[in-house]
Amino acid sequence: MPANPFNGFTDYGIGIGLRVPHYRHILAKKPVVDWFEIISENFMVDGGRPMEVLDSILEQYRVVQHGVAMYFGSADKFDQTHLGRLKRLVKRTETPWLSDHLCWGSVDGRYTHDLLPMPYTFAVARHTAEKIRAARDYLEVPICVENVSSYAEFHASEMTEWEFLSEVTELADCGILLDVNNIYVSSKNHNFDPYEYLNNIPHHRVGQIHIAGHSKFEKYILDTHDHPVLDPVWKMYAHALKLVGDTATLLEWDDRIPSFNEVHNEALKANQFRDLQLAARTETAA
Amino acid sequence: MQKRWTDGSRMDELAAAFIKPNDRLSSFERLEIYSRQYWFRVLDCLWDDFPGLRAVVGERKFTKLTTGYLTRYQSNSYTLRDLGNRLEQFLREEPHWAAPRQELALDMVRFEWAQVVAFDGPSKPAISPDEILDTPAGKLRLGLQPYLSLLELNYAVDDFLIAVKKQESEVLRGEASNAVGSAPSERNHRKGSRPPKREKIYLAVHRHDNMLYYKRLDPEAFVILTDLCRGVTLEDACAKAVTASNCTNIDWAAQIKEWFDDWSALGWLCRPL
Repeated sequence: MPANPFNGFTDYGIGIGLRVPHYRHILAKKPVVDWFEIISENFMVDGGRPMEVLDSILEQYRVVQHGVAMYFGSADKFDQTHLGRLKRLVKRTETPWLSDHLCWGSVDGRYTHDLLPMPYTFAVARHTAEKIRAARDYLEVPICVENVSSYAEFHASEMTEWEFLSEVTELADCGILLDVNNIYVSSKNHNFDPYEYLNNIPHHRVGQIHIAGHSKFEKYILDTHDHPVLDPVWKMYAHALKLVGDTATLLEWDDRIPSFNEVHNEALKANQFRDLQLAARTETAA
Repeated sequence: MQKRWTDGSRMDELAAAFIKPNDRLSSFERLEIYSRQYWFRVLDCLWDDFPGLRAVVGERKFTKLTTGYLTRYQSNSYTLRDLGNRLEQFLREEPHWAAPRQELALDMVRFEWAQVVAFDGPSKPAISPDEILDTPAGKLRLGLQPYLSLLELNYAVDDFLIAVKKQESEVLRGEASNAVGSAPSERNHRKGSRPPKREKIYLAVHRHDNMLYYKRLDPEAFVILTDLCRGVTLEDACAKAVTASNCTNIDWAAQIKEWFDDWSALGWLCRPL
């Protein structure tokens, strides 16, 4: 499914995250990139250099917005200032879809700036889905929610993470930003089979995929986004492509950011990898 | 992470009540991963945004100061950009964190926060000289760009910060997702710059062509701009500045015209806010 309602019926390829250290290179060299993912909150400002860069990028590239502060799972109501600024940015970028995380992160107007896991209960799923619907109605753009990596599980949970993701997205009738690396990280931290996760989500709702690197520690794995994508994640990505088809994919690299060329090469590798998997899928189908 | 909750109950028991342990980590240890992540992220942000304050108080004291600040004032904004927006207030309320350089630290925090505002603060259409040509000075009120900050300081923090930044290696902050960044404590320690001597300066922190600048102002120019910002008429602002000046043998009309030409070229002047 190259296009679906959750990614605005687009057919994007491999994207790269737009990051500050690369601005100068991108604006000067104008490299061929299918699309850039921007962090919405970095551009929800009143003016200055960020907006100048964004407008220059928009002149030449397709941009998709990815947020880190909607906190669909927080008990708080949405911050109307936040939503208003987000809507203005949506109009400016004309993003075909918008993504944020399936998590919580604020209490009573205080922000953790982290993506905290939720208890997987039916009540939380209903609350979260209501907020996603409200955001979509206000912002007037399709929304994809991203599964987060996690390091803790709650006694209160009534279902698995993939059941929760399915429940929320069905109730909200929204898309999924499937972060394959996050599934891998959580599977190691919580001892579940990541392929069972991939096999049991509503594949028709996947509007975008994330792949990234992570770091292994003695007793857990951290989602660090500071390495190239590792082999187990490539394998899971291949499996995900078999299940969901050709889907817009973003290579994430957010810390210890190397040169643009290094990130770009990793994206080109992802592109080749994706083409091979999709060709194999087509052959199998034939 | 603290061993006891605010009500005195044990954190490990509290954590066990709602977080499952696994075969490698206790409930408390799993919760502690989030606690560490939180502190790494927010301290890292202030570490990057306030290199001058860090140089003034020293790296170890900076970490204690910012930890104290964030304990009292948790983030109240969806963006980390605003994380330091109450640091000046905090240092006024609890100056001991910056001892023995409280006053210098306060100057530096004001200066560094002004740069945050200048970087991406709102702007208004600049006013052209032609638009105000026919308005008499006694009736003319002008505004200044919202991104422009005027600072009266007791230390030459501008020169000091330039020296500090020269010593700093390029440091990049992770921006997205719940990726975990490296801790400030992992950074290389650098030899500090010599703190500036006491010296009264007047600074305008602004941007031009979306680049950040700071510009020293004469005291009289500072008075005029500050008064314009307060809604005082052009005539009264200029008269006050000239009357209060210690300078003699100055052609004030020519000097003020030169300043206004300069401010107009920089796009600072706009309709009153």
